[in-house]
Amino acid sequence: MTTEERIPTRLGDGSLLTLTRSQMQADIEAGVEAAVKRAHVPPLTAAEADHLLDICASRARFSSVDLGTEVVLSIDGTGGQLVAGRQGDLLTFEQYLGADIVELYHMDYSFKAVKTVLPFERQSLKNAQQALTVPVQYGAMPDLGRYSRPDGPIANWSELLPLGRIAEARAAQEEAAEMAAHDITFVAEGVWEAGADGIDLDTSGAAGDADLLAALTATREIRGRCPDMGIEMGMASEMVLGMHGELEWQGARLAGLWPHQQVKLAAAAGATVFGPAVNVNSTKSLPWNLARTLTLCKPCCEESQIPVHMNVGMGVGGVPMAVRAPVDAVSRAARACVDILKVDGL
Amino acid sequence: MGAGDPLGMSATHANAAGMGGMRAAGDLVARLQMTRGMRLPEAKRYVADKLGVGPSDLSDAPTMHEVRGELGLGRICYGGAALYPDQPSAMEAKFRIAEVLGIPVNCVERFRTHARI
Repeated sequence: MTTEERIPTRLGDGSLLTLTRSQMQADIEAGVEAAVKRAHVPPLTAAEADHLLDICASRARFSSVDLGTEVVLSIDGTGGQLVAGRQGDLLTFEQYLGADIVELYHMDYSFKAVKTVLPFERQSLKNAQQALTVPVQYGAMPDLGRYSRPDGPIANWSELLPLGRIAEARAAQEEAAEMAAHDITFVAEGVWEAGADGIDLDTSGAAGDADLLAALTATREIRGRCPDMGIEMGMASEMVLGMHGELEWQGARLAGLWPHQQVKLAAAAGATVFGPAVNVNSTKSLPWNLARTLTLCKPCCEESQIPVHMNVGMGVGGVPMAVRAPVDAVSRAARACVDILKVDGL
Repeated sequence: MGAGDPLGMSATHANAAGMGGMRAAGDLVARLQMTRGMRLPEAKRYVADKLGVGPSDLSDAPTMHEVRGELGLGRICYGGAALYPDQPSAMEAKFRIAEVLGIPVNCVERFRTHARI
């Protein structure tokens, strides 16, 4: 039995556990290896892995970046809309929580749903801009599943696929992507005309490659119509699922893309900020999840031509999947992304 | 950033790694990222040059409190001695931000059009 000191850390579900420094190092090596094996990306350097180990193996309750290396925070889905109301939430985050960008959103975080209440959203956006100083963007999800039955008009590809009706499932997704791209563009143009600083396409690719196709198509259209609008494309997961399997964007197959490939398409379409997402394995430790996240996203941050705002919310970017986010783990995730990935924002 | 409870998520990220928004100059750097797609070092350099400070000053709240006051870029108001009714705020401050940074701010442009100024 080891006599090595045990240090508190977290599991991916947020619960406390203790590991020795050696065990943390082994978890970091395993997390790096998991990313390298799946995404065929380079491993972290020895110095980067050592720094991550130092961050994780501290007994401190809180960890932070060095002075002068702070990054921009774009806070998608700003506020809970229960205590202060929507505009009050935005002001609270601006005045008390140090937000660099705030985001107005509808509780039904879907462009399809927002389209039906767009005049109200536009007025709310305009009112918010009269009261705030920091940039205000509008956000929602492409949410492609909403276009399939029973929620939408198109045949449900998730029902067709198990029946082997592949061609029909693919056609349904293509039709849904066209509708979603139209709705996203419609909402973006509407809020731009009301004074928005930007639009956030959050959890792009959540329903697979057709979902990402809708986001890319909309981004290109928005960039053409609103040249100065900020466009943030945030992803749903580390790899694009091939629910369709054959969709392409400018010659690149969308299914199976990893963050360093996703960011190039986002930039080419006209996005000004890209948000990679890496889902947490709730049965693995914080060191394992952070190592895997950093390894998957390092090529993205190195190769990107546009700012990268890492998704580090609940259950992504190494942050545990816990309703009450543990401050020790959240702060370590933030520091690791800034120190090692050199992200432009979170 | 992503969803989560405000104290555990947003406040934690702000204290661990954030530029501080209006407490410092994070909102100004953010505007260059959003509208120009500038990566962080370039955006910080651009804003620092426009404000006449160093890039590391941009996340230093005491320094930027003074700079924002001098240039009329808007300040945090929380009561007591930190009230600035005679200084630009909100839309007024965004007019100044657009001018000082030399970038269009959408809602400012629309305000001009609607107010016919």
